Amino acid sequence: MTGSFEPKIVGILCNWCSYAGADLAGTSRLKYPANIHIVRVMCSGRVDPTFVLKAFELGADGVLVSGCRPGDCHYVDGNYKTMRRTPLLENLLRQMGVEPARFRQVWVSASQGEIFARIVEEMVKDLKEIGPYMRQGGEDLA
Amino acid sequence: MPKLNLAIYWAAACGGCDVAILDLDEKILNVAEAANIVLWPIAMDYKYQDLSLLPKDSIDVCLFNGAVRNSEQKELAEILRERSRVMVAFGSCACFGGIPGLANFSNREGILKRVYKTSPTTVNHEGILPQAETAVPEGTLTLPAFMNRVYTLNQVVDVDYYLPGCPPPPDLIWTAVEAIVSGNLPPKGSVIAGTKSLCDTCQRVKEQKNLKGFVRPHEIIPDPEKCLLEQGLVCCGPATRDGCGHRCIKANMPCRGCFGPTGNIHDQGAKLVSALTSILQATTKEEARQAAETIVDAAGTFYRFGLPDALLQRVKRREQA
Repeated sequence: MTGSFEPKIVGILCNWCSYAGADLAGTSRLKYPANIHIVRVMCSGRVDPTFVLKAFELGADGVLVSGCRPGDCHYVDGNYKTMRRTPLLENLLRQMGVEPARFRQVWVSASQGEIFARIVEEMVKDLKEIGPYMRQGGEDLA
Repeated sequence: MPKLNLAIYWAAACGGCDVAILDLDEKILNVAEAANIVLWPIAMDYKYQDLSLLPKDSIDVCLFNGAVRNSEQKELAEILRERSRVMVAFGSCACFGGIPGLANFSNREGILKRVYKTSPTTVNHEGILPQAETAVPEGTLTLPAFMNRVYTLNQVVDVDYYLPGCPPPPDLIWTAVEAIVSGNLPPKGSVIAGTKSLCDTCQRVKEQKNLKGFVRPHEIIPDPEKCLLEQGLVCCGPATRDGCGHRCIKANMPCRGCFGPTGNIHDQGAKLVSALTSILQATTKEEARQAAETIVDAAGTFYRFGLPDALLQRVKRREQA
């Protein structure tokens, strides 16, 4: 399973900190896996839980949501909304058969390119271990 | 005016939808006046063979209640679809999977094991499980096969209209009957219910929502005038379609979400996560985690009537895919 499997990760990053952090990783020529497909949003607070479920439904093996560190939000408290949302979303995903390693919500500031690269590396490594996302339940409609 | 041919069928359901049709009270006589009932297992005796002899499109309207759980129900759905001009998914089970749909948290193997082997009241030393086919000296006996999952009606056959509710309230049934009898039908795919969310039309006083966590209905006696969410109860109103007549809310109970999501919601559970966490006052991840833990069974609560229709479970029919 782990051999040739390359997980697909959807990274939903906020414009002001995390996207800039990912950009910094790039401009600093840090090496990190190309498995992450980044979607830029204005604020992590904008990330409706539907986006996360939709990503899995459309074939993502993992979803990463990243915002500004608490207190740094460009919109003052957008990332607090993310923070309040995350634990309940994690509970829901777990019950729906999505392993915890497949969804991560982190804080990355604009200066933390290295941290961003390390998070992606870790996530790819974890996902390679657990394999591709398979939805729960079998199929038996002819 | 020629009489309409009407079929009413139940699949994986409790029978409450059939009783809801009888709840039309004296209006049921108008239904009988306007329609010949060609199939209604709860009230009349018909053989499936008679049904399969009917020509294509010979049934004007089929009200199909219940989810699709076994091969017999799937076959009947297909037979009825072929013979019906209008197929109505009647009630939450047919529309979204309903309460039987919660079985999708497990699968065939898990359910049979629990029911026939491990439940505390079961004595089954030989470990006998039901089989779709059994050989006896006289020949082979067959039973409908239990499927791995529960399906909504539109995952099995094409559906024209949806009439949600657990069960659908008599006034909506009457609206549907009137539309069908008069031939004044809405566009295909319409949901015969409200378009707004339940919260939108709720008359309770809404002030400030700022919660540390949630409580369960048996833990408090809610104020009958105030918003139930403000009082800490998990009310599915923000993400649930209106049209039920606020039966639960008027009984001082929070909405359980039986009307399914409103038209512009892709996933009822995801929207409820969003709505419920937006009223928390947590300022640290730990506080948010503690608040989340006060909802005992998040997925079971948010998808109580719609697990087979949840984004992470939804199955598309081949022609839709």
